[in-house]
Amino acid sequence: MHVPRFWREIPNRYTLVGTRCGHCNKVFFPPRAICPRCRRVGQLEPFRLSGRGRIHSFTTVYSGPRDFKDQLPYVLAIVELEEGPRVMAQVTDCNGEEVKIGDEVEMVFRRIKEEGEEGIIHYGFKARLVRKAGAGGS
Amino acid sequence: MEVGIVGYGAYIPRYRLRVEEIARMWGADPQQTKRSFGVEEKAVAGPDEDTVTISVEAAKNALRRGGVDPSLVGAVYVGSESHPYAVKPTATIVAEAVGATPEMTAADFEFACKAGTAGIQACMGMVEAGMIKYGMAIGADTAQSSPGDPLEYAAAAGGAAFLVGKLDREAVASIEATYSYTTDTPDFWRREMRPYPRHGGRFTGRPGYFKHTLSAAQGLMRKLGLTPRDFDHAVFHQPNGRFPVEVASELGFSMSQIRAGLLSPKIGNTYSGAAMLGLAAILDGAKEGERILAVSYGSGAGSDAFSLIVREGIERKRDLAPKVSDYLEDKVYIDYATYCKFTRKLVR
Amino acid sequence: MRKVAVVGGGQTKFGELWDTSFRQMIIEAGTRALEDAGISGEEIDAMYVGNMSSGQFIQQEHIASLIADHSGLAPVPCTRVEAACASGGLALREAMVAVASGIHDVVVAAGIEKMTDVITEVGQEALATVSDQEWEAFVGATFPSFFALMARRHMHEFGTTEEQMALVAVKNHHNACLNAYAQHHVELTVERVLQSPLVSSPLKMLECASLTDGAACLVLVPLEEARKYTDTPVEIAGSGQASDTIALADRESLVGLRATREAARKAYRMARIEPKQVDVAEVHDSTTISELMALEDLGFCRKGEGGKITEEGLTAIDGTLPVNPSGGLEGRGHPIGATGIAQALEIVLQLRGEAGKRQVRKAEVGLTHNVGGSGGTAVVHLFRRR
Repeated sequence: MHVPRFWREIPNRYTLVGTRCGHCNKVFFPPRAICPRCRRVGQLEPFRLSGRGRIHSFTTVYSGPRDFKDQLPYVLAIVELEEGPRVMAQVTDCNGEEVKIGDEVEMVFRRIKEEGEEGIIHYGFKARLVRKAGAGGS
Repeated sequence: MEVGIVGYGAYIPRYRLRVEEIARMWGADPQQTKRSFGVEEKAVAGPDEDTVTISVEAAKNALRRGGVDPSLVGAVYVGSESHPYAVKPTATIVAEAVGATPEMTAADFEFACKAGTAGIQACMGMVEAGMIKYGMAIGADTAQSSPGDPLEYAAAAGGAAFLVGKLDREAVASIEATYSYTTDTPDFWRREMRPYPRHGGRFTGRPGYFKHTLSAAQGLMRKLGLTPRDFDHAVFHQPNGRFPVEVASELGFSMSQIRAGLLSPKIGNTYSGAAMLGLAAILDGAKEGERILAVSYGSGAGSDAFSLIVREGIERKRDLAPKVSDYLEDKVYIDYATYCKFTRKLVR
Repeated sequence: MRKVAVVGGGQTKFGELWDTSFRQMIIEAGTRALEDAGISGEEIDAMYVGNMSSGQFIQQEHIASLIADHSGLAPVPCTRVEAACASGGLALREAMVAVASGIHDVVVAAGIEKMTDVITEVGQEALATVSDQEWEAFVGATFPSFFALMARRHMHEFGTTEEQMALVAVKNHHNACLNAYAQHHVELTVERVLQSPLVSSPLKMLECASLTDGAACLVLVPLEEARKYTDTPVEIAGSGQASDTIALADRESLVGLRATREAARKAYRMARIEPKQVDVAEVHDSTTISELMALEDLGFCRKGEGGKITEEGLTAIDGTLPVNPSGGLEGRGHPIGATGIAQALEIVLQLRGEAGKRQVRKAEVGLTHNVGGSGGTAVVHLFRRR
């Protein structure tokens, strides 16, 4: 992903800025420019999500693209965010055996990949399991 | 001085490498190595972590405690010697990720292990001068060490962030005074385009760490007319588990005064994060009115000493973000091969 | 609207065709189709070619021109159609629409993908571009990972087991052994499938379609003209196509494909055929779970029962509803753009009674089901022997 394409969406990728339809209040993340329900009546405005959610489904990826080779195996999940939308995200700092459907997660800021050793680093969000109180940082 | 710490945050990656495991690689005696470094294990960044992500975690924790709208943060300074880019600031990424941009200033600082405390001083000056309302100073590193170099036993990853603002009821601590001691002492360095630092071996001790740390601490106490007895806690830069203990003893501090901030035995040397993480650990357990001495050290060389007095804000704020002890407990041990994978030491 | 029939078809061998180039493949499939239909090139009015990604696989765009040119058919109009793995099914639909509308009489529907001229990683990365690049591939989603996420959810909601999924691979590989054109000629056991390396848990290597080269062509004419070409015309009785969100995470549900249900509803209605009337089906088994969900979404069983009816053997060649007698995407191979056409060719052969060792009994009505990406596009066709 070349620089402008990544840069354009930095607010969305770094701070989970999605959109909300002012007409039906539905929240979209990743952001949409048109509310599929209200279409032209809809009024989409930027909306920042909390980053809290639950695991809706997950898989451990053992064979991945070259950009992710150093991270194999990695856990990939569909996270249902508390504001409603679901989003694809890696689950960091865990192995697949620790994850269950329904587990609570929070989005954290991590390196996603980089454009080789000389290119830019793509930062973004990953999910992290919210571990039991006291087993902290999470 | 009318400035204080309005929020602080720590972050330590989950992964730990035991000193025994490193000793095993190089045929060193594990128990002897642990004793001579005073370090049992060190914190290692995950494969998707770096100084930027560690800084963001710490800064978010500081903002949680600060209860401050990120857009009011007028300056973000990140001190590190492991900035992911040689050219392109860590601080802009961090500022964007915590929501402080765009009406603010940002820069990366480099002064070996004391670049983070240099950031605190910069923020203090700007806040006191009325240039900014709040300033965020971060010290974070994913410390590099050449495989087999003695540095490898301690070079670790972690960071802490301090939100500096005008002294008011929200402050967790006031900064009573700061004092720095700086000379040109080439005890440790890394040349451009080189992946790992070099150092002067035992020369890093007396002429480097001890001379500057002792001088800064003594200078600050002299300036304030205080003695070690006036402090409830002290924290010194901790390149290993032994140096800070020795420096404390030479200055006349007891073990009980430095215990809360002494983290290197459990996480190693987090470089720019080290003294600041120690200070965060002290604040996690401090009571209103207690006085803290914090002294950083950066090779090259210099020390920044601070005297802080804990304020009432601490009681309301310390539980608003994970404590250092939470990060110490939440750990996963890795082996040397995984360490090499995580720290990109594999050659393809 | 005119009724449309298939009067001929042909394909290349599916597999790793190291000796054969993109252009040779399309010529080979096309020549066989024309021979089968008994027509010559001059009679062709138009061509529609399904191809997902010649740009990524052979760095060649504008393949419509290339194909018309190298088939010796220029200036016959040729159009490339793309909807990821549903490209072939869509090419068939576009060809059908062209004949039905009366604008063209003799139309070729083709599909082709040359996937082995790049290293495996590049092939897999190309496949991942069927997903949302900004929000899925960006975070490391791979093609099998989409179906793994659906499988996990299906297991969670309905108790579908890894053994039930493995049975799909066993059945389809068995069927492929009866198909000379199939990529894989190897009998599997459930145990062997379960012991194959994990690709994206819970899916294993032998549950996922592999990278395949292949091309397939069909010749379409108005049904009323069909007997001029063949004694065994097969009518395209129904056609339905539907779209859904490109990102899997945005779907209402992960345990089925809304696009499949919608496309099937339209196709059944157009053909006035009920699911229970279908005698043989070629469904999009890009992975084992894909087939189980297809059985449910196409109305062959209730939601959640795909595993059960597979276990009961209903979908075997000698079952009450033979599914993927050709070997499916898993056994026959999945040259992306060619798959939709190859599925239709299999149904044509089955309805003509020319499927040899894998011939199903009393095949009057057949169905094809072709899915693009993780379900952003689906196309369903119904065929009837005439």
